Amino acid sequence: MFDVVPSHGRWAKLGDWLATAVTLFIAFLWSIPLLWAVVASIRPENDPLGRGDVWFSFPVTLANYAKAWSLAPFNLYYVNSIVIVLMVLGVQLVTITLAGFAFANYKFWGKRGFFFFILLQLMIPTTALLAPNFSTIRVLGIFDTRLAVAIPFFGSAFGTFLVRQAFLGVPRDLVDAGVIDGCRWWQLLWHVYLPPSVPTLIAFGLSSVSFHWNAFLWPLIITNSDESRPLTAGLVRFTQLGEIGAQWPLLAAATLMVIAPLFVAFLLFQRRFIQSFMHSGLK
Amino acid sequence: MSNLYRAVGKRRFDSLPYLLIFPTFLFVAVFTAWPTLLAFYQSFFQQRLNIVRFREPTFIGLENYTKLFADDRFLQVLRNTFYYIVGTVPLSILLAFLFALLVNRKIRGVGWARLGFFYPTILPLVSAATIWMFFFTPDYGLLNTALRAIGYTGADNWLGNPNLALISIMIVNVWKNAGFYMIFYLAGLQSLPTDVFEAAAIDGATGWQMLWRIAFPLLRRTTLFVTTIAFIGAFREVDHIFVLTQGGPSRASTVLLYHLWQVRFENQDVGQASAITMVLIVLLLFFTVTNFLLSERGGEADV
Repeated sequence: MFDVVPSHGRWAKLGDWLATAVTLFIAFLWSIPLLWAVVASIRPENDPLGRGDVWFSFPVTLANYAKAWSLAPFNLYYVNSIVIVLMVLGVQLVTITLAGFAFANYKFWGKRGFFFFILLQLMIPTTALLAPNFSTIRVLGIFDTRLAVAIPFFGSAFGTFLVRQAFLGVPRDLVDAGVIDGCRWWQLLWHVYLPPSVPTLIAFGLSSVSFHWNAFLWPLIITNSDESRPLTAGLVRFTQLGEIGAQWPLLAAATLMVIAPLFVAFLLFQRRFIQSFMHSGLK
Repeated sequence: MSNLYRAVGKRRFDSLPYLLIFPTFLFVAVFTAWPTLLAFYQSFFQQRLNIVRFREPTFIGLENYTKLFADDRFLQVLRNTFYYIVGTVPLSILLAFLFALLVNRKIRGVGWARLGFFYPTILPLVSAATIWMFFFTPDYGLLNTALRAIGYTGADNWLGNPNLALISIMIVNVWKNAGFYMIFYLAGLQSLPTDVFEAAAIDGATGWQMLWRIAFPLLRRTTLFVTTIAFIGAFREVDHIFVLTQGGPSRASTVLLYHLWQVRFENQDVGQASAITMVLIVLLLFFTVTNFLLSERGGEADV
């Protein structure tokens, strides 16, 4: 915004320079947690941190990663996280597309009522309902499964809302032309509605993946074995292992292993991720 | 009438739209509507799963609620939740606005600065907390090292000190969220009409005046939106408490959702947990409905 007014004179230049320095300095402060974790994770194994010695120590090594990996079944946690995230996303893409299509393309009795009912999920976040949902999962007999972690999120009010908006933006003429050409409903959906709505689905997909990769409380409650526990719950278990104690390099390595996949994806597709988060008010 | 039938020119009952919305309807019914009703119903019963004679539910009317609001521990939790919100929401929004101003300039390195502010958003809260655990470590922890360097000699056991535990939780929350809220202000700033500022500059307005008299008021809607998602987030984001303080010491850092978890899964008290769930739902409804009415966006919700 300061760019709006062109800077004049020596003082303004100094001000610009100062603002830049302040910006980079605060951004650096904000990055210290990640920087420290990276540095600490490559310290030699038998070199505990102490007063004034918490950063680099040589020779650097990847041994902490190997040791963390061997102390807890991170391979299982990885598979579980990936399966859960993909299961949620896969089912959601189908359910929100079908529902969004119905709300955008058809008039039917009770449409407003059904739409409002589905939007309930936006008003009462599932997080708040963990106690009664736990009972439901028990009754369904799927406690301690990856399905149990994923199933409450199979329907998405937010996704339905987004898809409906995207579909409403598809030109009427295009739809009518499809109908006149004798398209069945799934052809209409596939060839007319979906192609221009792909960016919306990607935006939704990215926030869904981030949300479920990072979720902790519900998986903590609903899993009880390494066969179904995702990375976040596994990490917390790892930090509480007796043998870990204050072995910070190990903890840093384990933490970075949990962060890495989503973080790398984020670095590669920064702009898309940020747009997706903005779209949703979600992370 | 659907487009399809409008085109064909006949009108009859069509079950297709109902089939299309059925999956979404079903999952919302089972995992949103039903649990809400269930919690409401169970909040009128006494049921404690870890005590044999209380294992079967007994109707006790409003006793769960009267007990709750007469319970000093619960009142402390509500106070903590209030402090947690007051201590994090305005500060992270102010920082978000500041960050957005700082990075909304065409300068070298601004991409890195944006990344530096935003990246905590993408980290799982528990992973972030694991890193912060080291910062709060007594004696050689990074925070204490930094504080000693500027002459601080006070308490250094952040997580174990009842006066500092909740503040530690708040610090992590602000660090995690300021960059997230920043992107909304950044988008807002970039959508502001530049001619207003040019006119103001010609009239001799200072940068400061333009900022607080023009930019900030114009971003009112952004601020409203960010405020509501920050409020809702403050109720929902408790993961770091599991890593850092477990709600302690002596409940000093227990907030509403964490308390709910303890009551339901540690104390196995279904009745009390249901009453707390209802309190949480009412508070969240207040903010989500406000948010919903204020903006056409989806708001902060589960995806």
